[in-house]
Amino acid sequence: MNDESGYNSIDESGQAIDFEKVEQSKPFQKLMHERKKFIVPYTIFFLVFYFLLPILTSYTNFLNTPAFGDISWVWVFAFAQFIMTWVLCTIYVKKASSFDDQANDIIETQIKNGGKAS
Amino acid sequence: MSPTVIVLFLIIVALTLVITYWASKQTQTTGDFYTAGGELTGFQNGIAISGDYLSAASFLGIAGSIALYGFDGFFYSIGFLIAYLVVLFLVAEPLRNLGKYTLADMINARFDAKKVRGSAALSTVTISLFYMIAQLVGAGALIQLLFDIPYWIAVLIVGVMMTIYVLFGGMIATSWVQIVKAVLLMAGMLIISFLVLLKFNFNIGEMFSEVKTATSHGAAYLKPGLKYTQPLDTISLMLALVLGTAGLPHILMRFFTVKDAKTARSSVITATWTIGIFYVLTLFLGFGAAAFVGETKIMEANPGGNMAAPLLAEAIGGEILFAFISAVAFATILAVVAGLVLSGASAFAHDLYGQIIKKGKATDRQQMLAARYAALAVSVLSIVLALFAQYLNVAFLVSLAFCIAASANLPVILYTVYWKRFNTSGAVSAMLVGLFSALVLVSMSPSVFSPTEGAALFVGEPIFPLSNPALVSVPLGFLAGYVGTILSSSKADAKRYAKVKVKANTGFKETGN
Repeated sequence: MNDESGYNSIDESGQAIDFEKVEQSKPFQKLMHERKKFIVPYTIFFLVFYFLLPILTSYTNFLNTPAFGDISWVWVFAFAQFIMTWVLCTIYVKKASSFDDQANDIIETQIKNGGKAS
Repeated sequence: MSPTVIVLFLIIVALTLVITYWASKQTQTTGDFYTAGGELTGFQNGIAISGDYLSAASFLGIAGSIALYGFDGFFYSIGFLIAYLVVLFLVAEPLRNLGKYTLADMINARFDAKKVRGSAALSTVTISLFYMIAQLVGAGALIQLLFDIPYWIAVLIVGVMMTIYVLFGGMIATSWVQIVKAVLLMAGMLIISFLVLLKFNFNIGEMFSEVKTATSHGAAYLKPGLKYTQPLDTISLMLALVLGTAGLPHILMRFFTVKDAKTARSSVITATWTIGIFYVLTLFLGFGAAAFVGETKIMEANPGGNMAAPLLAEAIGGEILFAFISAVAFATILAVVAGLVLSGASAFAHDLYGQIIKKGKATDRQQMLAARYAALAVSVLSIVLALFAQYLNVAFLVSLAFCIAASANLPVILYTVYWKRFNTSGAVSAMLVGLFSALVLVSMSPSVFSPTEGAALFVGEPIFPLSNPALVSVPLGFLAGYVGTILSSSKADAKRYAKVKVKANTGFKETGN
């Protein structure tokens, strides 16, 4: 059921799905808003955290001061990058399951109706 | 060459051939060939992604870099890992929701233009070739060293093996070879790390104190700045590493081997944990090699440090561990090049032949045949190129592949999913400008031109100062996508974007699609 133009998809009852309507529906707008609110700040955070390491090692020296014995702060910061990655992964999975529920809801209530419910 | 090494090599090779034979029985349709029928579980696919990612460059290269340059070698580990957050947060799920076999399919969810598909296929083939030449050159050097055979025979052996996997077993064989190899590689890493830690009495502090005096660099070994002395060069490399992964075709292809976005997500999570643990272990390998093998011996075996990990295995685990690690390294190279052949072949056969020449009207049989011919062509091409590339620096080729992926593919992926106004001119300009700016800049860089003879391909003053052009070419790729879109008179199709947006974010799929 994939026609030439690619957007006049047909739903189960044979009606065309109006994706623009689905896109403007409240549940979808809510999902997009929440996704954005979650993804944008976290992405900015991990990129800043990541680039801080080469920037600090390139332009400053203070990470070379010892933290624990012969282990200096630069190593602590490097390991913090690993911890950060794992923590963010875990947070993402938690958050994503709530997005899954919302997405399923949108498929059931909006798309299956051809986007007519709003 | 000892009998133990030969026997272990043969066992590993036999094992992969058994997998290929079994997989060839399962490979019935084009979907099986390209994406294992989309039937891998999240965990299996996660391990396979780790396998694709933990290439010889990661395993041999990073362990060697840390052994020789201390902290600066560890930069790679960090960049390669954080890259998975970019994949997880921005790329994996929309890609799975929109695509079928290739990157071009995903972009095509918004645009039908042949030139868009053509450009995507061009960048995919270019990246795959660079990456594959790097792996083959590395493999050649390793096999040459282990078996004491000429470089060209070594490259041929690896080349023929990878062709067999892909041609007969397709994605199913490639995935399972990848999974088996990833498990063996992790086991090997854990054993070596355990033995290294045992020597340091399981005291990390003692390990740091020990390596501080173990190398000729003294205390500087534990500080950044031993290898990367130019700030902008370091930052440019780090940019290519963190953004490149999300545009690498053989990694992107892995998201089509699972059934939905949720499974794609869980495979990224598995991969991130596995890869993270692996990169922590590279530190023990690197430090262990510095302390127990010594710089002189590492440099003697290979000036780039590529033999540090196998030599360490020999030093602390004897001949059997050496044989095991070498055999796993060999399997690593085979599996990664097989994955690369598949992604290159899918761009040729699916995008260029199936969709552009045959306009999507090819039968499944024709497509499968085309895919196998394309795989054969990509294999032969890369083997021939690798034979001439013996003296090229492997790390440079890999970082170039990452740089092209970040400059040409990532902007288009992000714009396609997240930017309403984006149109075909924007897509084509982003891909072509990203691809060619990376290629042109690197051809004028210190990696190609060096005033000292033998340090690079040509003797001369580099016109462009950065060894890795990502800092310039990535923004250029994004800019070109923006400018190309704004200047073009063609309007974005709002209905089409609404559909893409809904599908990308909900995972909705029409039946029969």
